[in-house]
Amino acid sequence: MKIHEYQGKQIFAKYGIAVPQGIACFTVDEAEKAAEKIIAETGAPVVVVKAQIHAGGRGKGGGVKVVKGGAKEARGVAEKILGMQLITHQTGPEGQKVKRLYVEQGIEIARELYLGLVVDRETRKIAVMASTEGGVEIEKVAEESPEKILIELVDPVTGLAAYQARKLAYGLEVGKGTPSPKDTIAEFVKLVTKLANLFEKEDCSLCEVNPLIITKQGKVIAGDSKINFDDNAAGRHKEWEGLLDKDEEDPVELEAKDAGLSYVSLDGDIGCLVNGAGLAMATMDIIKHHGGSPANFLDVGGGATKDQVTKAFTMILSSPKVKGIFVNIFGGIMKCDVIAEGVVAATRELGLKVPLVVRLEGTNVELGKKILSESGLAIQPADSMADGAKKIVAATKAA
Amino acid sequence: MSILVNKNTKVLVQGITGSAGSFHAKQCLAYGTQVVAGCTPNRGGETFSAEGAAGKAVSIPVFDTVVEAVKQTGADTSCIFVPALGAADAILEAVDAGCKLVICITEGIPVTDMIRVRRSIEGKAVRLVGPNCPGVITPGECKIGIMPGHIHRTGKIGVVSRSGTLTYEAVGQLTALGLGQSTCVGIGGDPVAGLDFVDVLELFNQDPDTQAVMMMGEIGGNAEERAAEYIKAHMKKPVAGFIAGATAPPGKRMGHAGAIISGGKGTAKDKIAALTAAGVRMSPSPAEMGATLKSLL
Repeated sequence: MKIHEYQGKQIFAKYGIAVPQGIACFTVDEAEKAAEKIIAETGAPVVVVKAQIHAGGRGKGGGVKVVKGGAKEARGVAEKILGMQLITHQTGPEGQKVKRLYVEQGIEIARELYLGLVVDRETRKIAVMASTEGGVEIEKVAEESPEKILIELVDPVTGLAAYQARKLAYGLEVGKGTPSPKDTIAEFVKLVTKLANLFEKEDCSLCEVNPLIITKQGKVIAGDSKINFDDNAAGRHKEWEGLLDKDEEDPVELEAKDAGLSYVSLDGDIGCLVNGAGLAMATMDIIKHHGGSPANFLDVGGGATKDQVTKAFTMILSSPKVKGIFVNIFGGIMKCDVIAEGVVAATRELGLKVPLVVRLEGTNVELGKKILSESGLAIQPADSMADGAKKIVAATKAA
Repeated sequence: MSILVNKNTKVLVQGITGSAGSFHAKQCLAYGTQVVAGCTPNRGGETFSAEGAAGKAVSIPVFDTVVEAVKQTGADTSCIFVPALGAADAILEAVDAGCKLVICITEGIPVTDMIRVRRSIEGKAVRLVGPNCPGVITPGECKIGIMPGHIHRTGKIGVVSRSGTLTYEAVGQLTALGLGQSTCVGIGGDPVAGLDFVDVLELFNQDPDTQAVMMMGEIGGNAEERAAEYIKAHMKKPVAGFIAGATAPPGKRMGHAGAIISGGKGTAKDKIAALTAAGVRMSPSPAEMGATLKSLL
């Protein structure tokens, strides 16, 4: 689960990580008032108006503007950004509509660094990555100059040790050119340690500060925040519900999630209903292998109920792009009759206007096949995965 | 011979009184697995009744703690069905009680929990399989987990996979071609887990009764690339492979927590290239996994 920059910065502040003063806004009026308030309280005339969307690359797309002319000018900028269709390299060509703004105190930047925490799957630890190349995508740095990325691994027993944070501080020369290098280094060490603590306590899967700002006064401030949460930990973080922005989520994927299904929309026209993530991916692959194109990834899981299967099949049936459907089940725990009942129930409700190929294997397979054949639906049975994929690709092309 | 589990393996089921735990404990018993104990806090003293192999009635004692279960029954392997937020604790309890093998079926354990578990079991004489996996089966001897037992046959093909149902698909294909399995290991779909491909390949490499290995990977992480390095340097037996997710879009979690292409890393293309370069024969489609393995024999 992703959250907005301003939400991430609120969490940062809770952990004592320095962030610029800022106010989240939903209207142009709010943005103007926020600018007024920030200018009055900080005594500095500069504010930044930032589009709040989950995708990165907002600045390049025109979603972040520095305002030097006061609150009225901030209002004008907010008018332009709010409601715009912001296109970045992460949004896709259609872009993302801006519905929230963050108005923030302008900071006198001396240097921009990069700080990021991820789960390193190879060492099975949280990795802290730091680089002098702030404000740049870390993937790009990793590709072009990997030697510029410093990495420290967090031992879960001790947490990030102070010496590790110091290694990063000296490696990045964070004290260089600051009024009091010793103080800047100390601030940096505290910030990195707090961030590592936050990552674990808040169950993040990604936590990035890009840029991490060293101000002209030698202060260390989080210029941006990007936090992704580990969905598996949602059960112990009830507060996440309040952080979810439904405008940022694919409505179909959200609907699936609520029903306990795992669904990802794709570009093709063949709807897939499969049990198990690996088999669901393999089903997409085999459709492609035979010249078709999958419309979705859908894993109904191992222990889906008839209601869940009905819901899943309804989602596929009601998608306008779907020109054919392939049900591929290898029932381990999943009983074939439950799948068959769900398919029939959903089809009764919505009707079946596209070709449907069903491959059933495993527990209660005979019963499942019987339910399907007695339903009177125009179902093409398949003997195997390959047989099913060939049939649905042919039927979809013919339709 | 086989790896990890055999007819002498004594199994305790953590979470045996829950719906998944009780259903699958019964299935394992019916397969002939020696399930000797159950464990659920506050349910100690109860008895779990089921039908064992050939319909013989069995009653299994339930304990409050794993250490008590191990002491009373001699269980050496634990199979965990505890709900996600309590599962990491259940793994630690099994390890502390001296279980040599811990198989965690539970899906959805927070990754920070698994990071702590991995650190905790470092250097200890225990093997962890999973979480988020179908379990381990040595056909004809011992089934620990949720896989359908009837699709397996005894034989000489080792199977290792990150996915559940895709493993069943591969096993189904192997069995249909007359190729039985020595042991099938589901290592699970989570980013931080127990045994990885290399650990299981090492065991198959040493097992005299495993003749060839079928491995199924998927997008995300670099476990397949590390497996490729091991195979290139050490594997004495032929390996056939398949990677799921060639058509998966980047940045999207495909069901499994670990199945995600991030920052351009973990693509099927890279994994297939690495395994091919290591001498693994890759199946061109998921329908030809069994046939690809057979072509190596």
